[in-house]
Amino acid sequence: MKGFKIGLGALAILLMAISGGMAGETLDAVRAKGFVQVGVNQGLFGFGMADENGTWRGLDVDTGRAIAAAVFGDANKVKFTPLTAVQRFTAVQSGEVDVLCRNATRTLSRDTALGLDFGHVNYYDGQGFLITRKLGVKSAKELDGATVCVLPGTTTELNVADFFRSNNMQWKPVVIESTPELNKAFFAGRCDCLTSDISQLAGIRAVAPNPGEYMILPEVISKEPLSPAVRHGDSEWRDIVDYTVLALINAEELGINSKNVDQMLKSNDPKVQRFLGVTPGNGKALGLDEKWAYNIVKQVGNYGEVFDRNVGPDTALGLARGLNALWTDGGLMYSPPFK
Amino acid sequence: MEKEKSILSDESNIRPPATQVGVLGWTKKNLFDGPWNTALTLLILFFLWKVIPPLINWFFIESRWASTSAECYAADGACWSIITYNIRFIIFGLFPPHLQWRPLTAMLLLAGMLFYSRDRRHWGKGLGYAWAVALFVMGLLMKGGLFGLAPVESTQWSGLPLTLMLSVFGMVAAYPLGVMLALGRRSRMPAIKSLSVVYIEMIRGVPLISLLFMSSVMFPLFLPEGITINKILRAQVAIILFTAAYIAEVVRGGLQAISRGQYEAAESLGLNYYQQMRLIILPQALKIVIPPTVGILISAFKDTSLVVIIALYDLLKTTQSVLSNPKWMGFSAEAYIFIALIYFICCYAMASYSRRLERELGANT
Repeated sequence: MKGFKIGLGALAILLMAISGGMAGETLDAVRAKGFVQVGVNQGLFGFGMADENGTWRGLDVDTGRAIAAAVFGDANKVKFTPLTAVQRFTAVQSGEVDVLCRNATRTLSRDTALGLDFGHVNYYDGQGFLITRKLGVKSAKELDGATVCVLPGTTTELNVADFFRSNNMQWKPVVIESTPELNKAFFAGRCDCLTSDISQLAGIRAVAPNPGEYMILPEVISKEPLSPAVRHGDSEWRDIVDYTVLALINAEELGINSKNVDQMLKSNDPKVQRFLGVTPGNGKALGLDEKWAYNIVKQVGNYGEVFDRNVGPDTALGLARGLNALWTDGGLMYSPPFK
Repeated sequence: MEKEKSILSDESNIRPPATQVGVLGWTKKNLFDGPWNTALTLLILFFLWKVIPPLINWFFIESRWASTSAECYAADGACWSIITYNIRFIIFGLFPPHLQWRPLTAMLLLAGMLFYSRDRRHWGKGLGYAWAVALFVMGLLMKGGLFGLAPVESTQWSGLPLTLMLSVFGMVAAYPLGVMLALGRRSRMPAIKSLSVVYIEMIRGVPLISLLFMSSVMFPLFLPEGITINKILRAQVAIILFTAAYIAEVVRGGLQAISRGQYEAAESLGLNYYQQMRLIILPQALKIVIPPTVGILISAFKDTSLVVIIALYDLLKTTQSVLSNPKWMGFSAEAYIFIALIYFICCYAMASYSRRLERELGANT
């Protein structure tokens, strides 16, 4: 047993040595192959999903495109690898993908023990409950004894167990593997409430046979900051991913969008000039072209545009900005200065 | 002759009572034979009366065939529009739409080759070469990059072409490997024998899902940094290894069914091991095990749908992807019925071909 442990330790050191040796090389490797390989969800509407023409769409997908725009000046120099929840972190560790934009919650253990580094949050999610109005419940605290439909194997199941235990309430889980079947079970009345991330609940409610009969309870029982992830130990690459998301946010804050970005090039505001690379410096610091942020906004848009296009009020998900509004509008989206 | 005929016709003039022949007779004999059977018949009739009309109503009368999803939500019947609207994505998945004639041609070529090879009279060296060329052309159509065809990433191979590819290559490669393993397991050489036994038992001892997980989650971690092996290839290898182990056991059953005399007779003719197997033993053994072999091939075909769990976009996954679009979320029954039909057609074709082959080879006797 002791020998085994020593062997394991040696293997860990070896792996660290290898990944240490790779520091700073992801950008070079990406440049050499000519595209960014992005791991995305294999089918989550609004975040990562292929449409009927096989084109990938979603908030995470657009984040991946923005990274390609930053690195290559071309948002199409990107390839998507659909990944399941189980595969996603291995795919980053093994280098199968350069960056993972797959609605992954940033947690301490993933950041440390799993050998990942997370970029800036591109969506603040949280777990909630969807109930039928007939239940007559106004708060999640009144759900004692409820049957709860839940997907197995994710943090969702853990969170709901924690919630009921910490409030000394009983619950009966109805565990169903696939999302469509889970929704059907809920609509058929097999459980009192359905728990999932609120971004999902809104979409599920939208397709209910009669959406008015259902409501999302106000309680948010977990924090789910969804962030892009890269392999641990390559700070240069992590910075690029991090500042790509921040550039989307900063562009919205500065009032720059895909339509006015060309006019904004003539702006007298030094913040805008620095951001768009009219005043050089930021690009060089990141190891990118000075036009990197301009390219992101021009080809992908700012955060608000990306949000509205994929999950906003006009989409089937119909989500409000909420926590994902700019800090100036009462949300959490806040970018450090670009200087 | 004349007389016999007249006697016959005379006798046939006397008709049995109406309650014993014809529709009425058959009904009485088979459906209302005693109180127990009568009750059962009535119960089943009642059940059918309750089930069939609503089903027909749902399937055809109230159904929508080419509408938007909103009209589907309003209708009571089946929403076949989910199929007609998304058929391109379900069949071809992520393949670039403007190039989809290529997987289509590849599939037609495969169907044509299978149809031609169906007849045993066409079997021969020429057909072997034709298959080699056809497989090359199919691969070329999928991958591109030669003769001015635009290259298509293997990550974009999906839908029905991927399912067919995984199963056809899986079966074609697994069969000879399985036969070799079966021979290996019966070998007198201890090293070969134990290797075969260990391989077969190890693979049979784990579910295909765990092999797929190993290939997609564990395996990449063992490779040196920067080297990745194609995801489809990894899944394909896992399917081949898995199917081969099962075929090996079936073929071993066939080998054991051949009487000792055959082996001895072959030896006494002075044939070496290879010749014995090639000319005497395997032709008989493989013929005996056609039914169970086809059983395994059919289940291997259906098992390819398990690649969903490693996020390969096979036929099942493209369907699920359509279903996770809020527009079409509620219509899983229709979508699953449709792909079940595709799976059924393929499996039934295999099963009926195996029956034909058994008949032609006289394996029934």
